[in-house]
Amino acid sequence: MGWNRKVLRVNLTAGTCTPEPLNMAWANDYLGSRGLASKYLVEEIDPKVDPLSPDNKMIMATGPLTGTMASTGGRYTVVTKGALTNAIACSNSGGYFGAEMKFAGWDMVVFEGKSPKPVYLYLENDKAELRCAAHLWGKTCWETEETIKASHQDPQIKVSSIGAAGENQVLFACIVNDLHRAAGRSGVGAVMGSKNLKAVAIRGTKGVSGIKDFPAFLQATQAGKKVLADNAVTGQGLPKYGTQVLMNVINEMGALPTRNHRDVQFEEAGKISAEAMHEKRPTDGKAHLVTNAACFGCTIACGRISKIDETHFSVKNSPKYWGASGGLEYEAAWALGAANGVGDLEALHYANMLCNEHGMDPISFGATVGAAMELYDLGILTKEQIGLEAQFGSAEALCKLVEMTAHGEGFGKELGMGSARMCAKYGKPELSMSVKGQEFPAYDSRGIQGMGLTYATSNRGACHLRSYTVASEVLGIPVKTDPLTTDGKPELVKAFQDATSVFDAAGICIFTSFAWTLADVQPQVQAACEGDWSMDKLNLVGERIWNMERQFNLAAGLTAADDDLPPRLKTEPAKTGPAKGLVNGIDKMKPEYYKIRGWDSNGVPDKATLDRLGL
Amino acid sequence: MQKSLHIDPAKCTGCLQCEMACSYEHTGVINPAKSRIKVFNFEHEGRKVPYTCTQCADAWCMNACPVEAIVIDVATGAKIVKEATCVGCKVCTIACPFGTVNYMADVGKVQKCDLCAGDPKCVSACPTAAITYVDADWTGLDRMRAWAAKANTASVSA
Repeated sequence: MGWNRKVLRVNLTAGTCTPEPLNMAWANDYLGSRGLASKYLVEEIDPKVDPLSPDNKMIMATGPLTGTMASTGGRYTVVTKGALTNAIACSNSGGYFGAEMKFAGWDMVVFEGKSPKPVYLYLENDKAELRCAAHLWGKTCWETEETIKASHQDPQIKVSSIGAAGENQVLFACIVNDLHRAAGRSGVGAVMGSKNLKAVAIRGTKGVSGIKDFPAFLQATQAGKKVLADNAVTGQGLPKYGTQVLMNVINEMGALPTRNHRDVQFEEAGKISAEAMHEKRPTDGKAHLVTNAACFGCTIACGRISKIDETHFSVKNSPKYWGASGGLEYEAAWALGAANGVGDLEALHYANMLCNEHGMDPISFGATVGAAMELYDLGILTKEQIGLEAQFGSAEALCKLVEMTAHGEGFGKELGMGSARMCAKYGKPELSMSVKGQEFPAYDSRGIQGMGLTYATSNRGACHLRSYTVASEVLGIPVKTDPLTTDGKPELVKAFQDATSVFDAAGICIFTSFAWTLADVQPQVQAACEGDWSMDKLNLVGERIWNMERQFNLAAGLTAADDDLPPRLKTEPAKTGPAKGLVNGIDKMKPEYYKIRGWDSNGVPDKATLDRLGL
Repeated sequence: MQKSLHIDPAKCTGCLQCEMACSYEHTGVINPAKSRIKVFNFEHEGRKVPYTCTQCADAWCMNACPVEAIVIDVATGAKIVKEATCVGCKVCTIACPFGTVNYMADVGKVQKCDLCAGDPKCVSACPTAAITYVDADWTGLDRMRAWAAKANTASVSA
């Protein structure tokens, strides 16, 4: 059994911590992490609940491969109803925190209610206690981690926390662990903040002992690592360039959303790319990039560790930002950069550091700034309203707005609502580049058609990590498809969505899927877990997770109308590049997708589909 | 030929596969808390450094042990702890200048790297060859080779 078979239930209202056995029947149907925690959530909360009310719950969960030598087996997820989306949220993070939860003997922690005052949860193996966080409230994620380690005199504690953004319930606040890894999207940090839960600190020394068949597991994980090492993307591209390898590639494809999706190519993409991070700066002769880094158990090591230019305007009087820090990753570099027309790499790194420090999703933050810059460009927002000049391309504006947003100061309060609410407030809802209230990531669906369907149908709002068809449409993994047509995309999206659900539920990183298919994951799960984990079973589990999430969203009040793209992507053709003249063909793909899913024309799963999946 | 662990921190990514392999080999549990090799993360410098016992020739821990629980494995040169003999007095943990002998409170014994009887599991687990097991007399070979490669051997004639 890859599971510890133990769940901690924390009632924040009552201040109690109660262990309970893991529901093994559910584990058998939903595997773990994203799948299993979502099952707990849908069983335990009213889908119509206000995400920021005490009646919402928040679950931190590991998978059966978390804390093992399976490559990338260090992931954990935060499952809740999303503050930004009003849909089911599942945000996934690496670092070392997830493995530590497993080593302490827990599979997941369910948080319910709301603490009357700020608290943090301290877990030391079986010992679980809520402690006063009055001295931590107001501190950054970085300070919180440092303070907790110091006060417990234990540098080996792992911490997940919220910063100012989560405390202030910025709707795209995230939860940061290990300084610069984050459960990033959908506002899970705002939910944590609404519960007065500042941090979770864990020290686990029990380890993972319950692997079903250790020799088979070692063999399977070893084989998996070899596949990753031998693959050009996971063995060479990602370690050397990180996800930022995509910046120039996607720009050349005409799929790099620029200036709030007005354009699909950014003239300064090269200046904010992986290649630029390797180049020596004229100011100090040093490269931006210091080294690459791995999360727990990861044999890819795509993570970037960089140092900012100490003479840059954003930090020249702030030595605390001069040390090595996480980033830039592609999504953040895009959202803070191209989405706003900002081509200043150092400014992007600064804004990204502040997102990590204060606990904000840089994708939604950056894209919301992009929307504000368009409103400013149109004269709908003025310098007086924003408090500064916010023209596209302004690195100064970006660097000021990041601090204002995290702290809810001035116009930052409005940015903190996310682009959908902000644009609606100013009478231009169509200018929010989002689905279900969540901003797009870094691929323009006019240039990569499958991503339009991916975004529209993602259960957690616009997201690339629910079915990364970029792998197929751009990189040819597992087969090359034409990014400029909608042909075959509904099948592709469904297949990727279902498979991704299994990768997430297992507790491994979706980046392995550049090299691995489910057939590479299956032997690892089978060796770790009791029961039948055949390919057929895993395929079914993936589809079941997807449909369960869908059912929750429908019960929450979402409809087929929410599976849609902003009008810009459907009516304003790409102006340049290979996709010039194209809009996204979502209206063609969606009905076909519903049909393949076994859903009716309103996007509601048929009874036969639900029966087949045991839902 | 005697061999020695050789660590190149510049290649370490911090994945902790070494810690998992070490703990599993010695305890049957995947548990970095029980690993005899530790990776240290210097976040503000962006450096990660694996660290473990260097197997001193004239070992402080061995000399300090009052019950002769630390002995030499003649095949590998490793200084190994005989758990049955160890009384858990911790004198070796004080004697070791590098901190690489540590007490295990749950079993009342000390533990240290034993080179896995000549097949160190941290080495085979490391995905980047940051940890290798090389000729003990030539741990500097890679560095010599790197400098040799920089030597200017161009002819000075003509």
